[in-house]
Amino acid sequence: MVSFYSQFQLILPEIFLLTAVSAILVIDLFLPAAKRMATYWLTQGALLVTAVLVFLVTSTSAGSVVVFDGLVVIDELSGLLKILICILLSVGISYSRDYLAHRDIFKGEYFSLALFAALGMLVMVSANHLLTLYLGLELLSLSLYALVAFNRDSKDSSEAAIKYFVLGAIASGMLLYGMSMIYGSTGQLNIEQIVNAISAGNADMDLLRFGLVFVVVGVGFKLGAVPFHMWVPDVYQGAPTSVTLIIGSAPKLAAFAFVVRLLFETLGAATLQLDWSPMLAILAAASLILGNLVAIAQTNLKRMLAYSTISHMGFLVLGFMTGTQQGVSAALFYVVTYALMVVAGFGLMLLLSKRGFESDRLEDFRGLSRTHPWFAFLFLLIMFSMAGIPPMVGFWAKLFILQSIIEQGFVGLALLAVVFSLIGAFYYLRVIKLMYFDEPSASTVAEQRTGSLVMSVNGLLLLALGLAPSWLYSLCEEVIKSSVRLF
Amino acid sequence: MEYTSLSLVIWLPVVFGVSLLILGKHVAAGTIRVLALVGAMLGLFVALPLWVNFDNLQPGFQFAEYHPWIDAFSINYHLGIDGISLLLILLNCVTTLIVVIAGWEVIRDRVPQYFASFLILSGIMNGVFCALDVALFYVFFEATLIPMFIIVGVWGGPNRVYAAVKFFLYTLAGSLLTLVAIIYLYQVSGGSFSLAQFYETPIRYDAQVLIFLAFFAAFAVKIPMWPVHTWLPDAHVEAPTGGSVVLAAVMLKLGGYGFIRLALPIVPDAARELAPWIIALSLIAVVYIGFVALVQKDMKKLIAYSSISHMGFVTLGIFIFNVQGMQGAIIQMISHGFISGALFLCVGILYDRLHSRQIADYGGVVNRMPIFASFFLLFAMANSGLPGTSGFVGEFLVIMGAAEVNIWFAVAAATTLILGASYTLWMYKRVVFGEVGNDKVAKLSDVNARETLLLIGLAAAVLWMGVYPKPFTDVLTQAVITSLDWASQTKI
Repeated sequence: MVSFYSQFQLILPEIFLLTAVSAILVIDLFLPAAKRMATYWLTQGALLVTAVLVFLVTSTSAGSVVVFDGLVVIDELSGLLKILICILLSVGISYSRDYLAHRDIFKGEYFSLALFAALGMLVMVSANHLLTLYLGLELLSLSLYALVAFNRDSKDSSEAAIKYFVLGAIASGMLLYGMSMIYGSTGQLNIEQIVNAISAGNADMDLLRFGLVFVVVGVGFKLGAVPFHMWVPDVYQGAPTSVTLIIGSAPKLAAFAFVVRLLFETLGAATLQLDWSPMLAILAAASLILGNLVAIAQTNLKRMLAYSTISHMGFLVLGFMTGTQQGVSAALFYVVTYALMVVAGFGLMLLLSKRGFESDRLEDFRGLSRTHPWFAFLFLLIMFSMAGIPPMVGFWAKLFILQSIIEQGFVGLALLAVVFSLIGAFYYLRVIKLMYFDEPSASTVAEQRTGSLVMSVNGLLLLALGLAPSWLYSLCEEVIKSSVRLF
Repeated sequence: MEYTSLSLVIWLPVVFGVSLLILGKHVAAGTIRVLALVGAMLGLFVALPLWVNFDNLQPGFQFAEYHPWIDAFSINYHLGIDGISLLLILLNCVTTLIVVIAGWEVIRDRVPQYFASFLILSGIMNGVFCALDVALFYVFFEATLIPMFIIVGVWGGPNRVYAAVKFFLYTLAGSLLTLVAIIYLYQVSGGSFSLAQFYETPIRYDAQVLIFLAFFAAFAVKIPMWPVHTWLPDAHVEAPTGGSVVLAAVMLKLGGYGFIRLALPIVPDAARELAPWIIALSLIAVVYIGFVALVQKDMKKLIAYSSISHMGFVTLGIFIFNVQGMQGAIIQMISHGFISGALFLCVGILYDRLHSRQIADYGGVVNRMPIFASFFLLFAMANSGLPGTSGFVGEFLVIMGAAEVNIWFAVAAATTLILGASYTLWMYKRVVFGEVGNDKVAKLSDVNARETLLLIGLAAAVLWMGVYPKPFTDVLTQAVITSLDWASQTKI
């Protein structure tokens, strides 16, 4: 039993982050425009200290601990995801520095919103109660809506923000409706108590199934899976690239936790799994098909990556669909490596953009190997990794997922995934073709002295992890085994 | 006395390639070339002890290395070679050296990347031939796509993008189906990717057929077999000379090797049942593609179709399931590597001078380039299957093996002796013999020292294998017997 005061120790990272963002908000008010970098550094500091605190909290607490009357759970999964969220966000913000300055949106509010989004993600990941989950989700979503609209002068951004907000509100509403049905059916909102109610036979199963459908809708929207994917291309393209990076990377990790806590832990009892597993299979298959096909037609790199995200989420959902520990471990590996690829990809676009030049069209990459050979090489690694070509880590991510679904006998789905991966390989090849096989044109990003150690490490990590994926996969497996309850 | 290891053979060229990429801009192009040459020579140098220390009589895999890699799935870094792998590795190392020397003067643009691509490709292909863990095999097999894609797409001809993308997607398609089969085999074998484990795992017949078809998809595209051969002529025509040489000499052999190492032993019942179809496709390749080669106007396309036709012999030899056939198939792979490599090199020499591959643009080259013409004649004769050259050995063995199964197979296969001679010698005659064709031909200069060195080397290899093939067949005997043993068992 955890004593009252030591409970607060366990949520120290979130407390710290909340304090930090409040402090940064206030400090920023008093900073003159010239000193805005201080906010940037404070933000980075806050994120890194949070990551360290999470590490300390997770390593000192033994196993899964449920605190605050069952609102919060601290386990290895939450620890791993929180650390990764903070690091990826920090890296993403570091790529965005010049980009924001050039577009005149290097404002204190940007960093505060990003930190609030981080806080929302941390809360989501540690949720043991449906309302905590919802709270974290909303905090994340509202911060992201504002971030998407941050560039007031951009019509595209405003349009994207409105779409995201409206669709997101509908999805949140559906999720809440589903949660209310779960409450109506079991009389509980705490995850463990819901499970107890279901296994004791006190739950109204039909109402529960009905609620399950709405929950899956909410999950599908958050992930960006077909047919709840409509927001993804417009938001990815319309938002400032630095915000796209934030949306594309860390929230996917939070969404992973969201799915695990909600579908596996809450509604994972054997009977219900048979209900949501086919739903996820359909989401996965549709996402794979649509994402890969439509991406081929794109001329804007951000939009292309948005559709590629949809197809990657298809793969991710395949891992969930199996309902096995193997599948979820593979899914965790997939989402972690995918977030890394996304940060690298959008980060590269950020580093290549300049004042008045967005560098988000495919044309801008024509002949990049001449003007920026090192960045072109890093982008080659990123593209091949996303396509799933060995020896990059993307191959292993796909292999592990395929293994988990074939093990359960879904050979047909595996073949579908593989066929559409092949079709999808084309648009990644096209980027490489533009970079390496073509000569630079008038629209190519001109030569400039940009270098980034973090970017190089980020890109090379994709190759290094591909050559030595074992430790990361074992970590994922162990985290899932010790954290996800009630298998 | 083993101062080498398979890991060294694989990673030395890769490390050299990567260091060329890193040094790239900081060092002069001349130094890059010398470094690349050193890398290629060292690559061959560390492979030679494998030949010297190879025990012809030992049935298993030699020079084995084993390190756990991905424990969660029992994927291990498991290497080992038998006679078949040994010959292919040596072929690869020699070819890499040839390609580095061949690209010495012609490549002016992005020199470090060019040589680095070939060295890295060489190391990865060595990896394919050494891998005894099927997941490792697959990683190496797929990884070859990236350098080849870059080579064709960056330094290739006018239609290179189409050729490179076609090559990549066609090969990837087959490979991805094989991936599903490999994962299924992992389940069925009880959670292991070890090749030896797969050899012993019983599999139901219907599953065997599907797995065989999956393997067939990948390896038939790679070889290439009719009808999935259409990527090869495009790739060869558009690739730079070095790229064509490596593609013909080594990359196509990945497919043949895959059939022998993976398909036959793992799904033997399906392989035996479906063999008549494969034999039919092989004979179509030999005869029909022979006719297609006859009407080509572009020299490189002609030799590409000739490659497909000769590789038809390889698949024929494998699927007739006797010792002569299998031995013939492997000898044919090695010999074809040298001969096709040499032919592409010759075309490259002409192309460097005249910038045309069209037969019509030549004529009477012998008047200006007599030394070149002599070497070209030797290789043309070898391609036709002249006894005394390596081309004959492989074809003869396969025809003999085919005769034991069905005399009509042998007859159909033997038509290559007529067709091969027709298209090759006709091309040779139109290009080399006769009066000087036009002004451009009149200005041709004969081969220089570097080119002569390459041609001598290849000629020596072709003649050695043709006149005294015993060292090669001795190395193969044990491996062939073991493979056929595995292929003749029942696993249902």
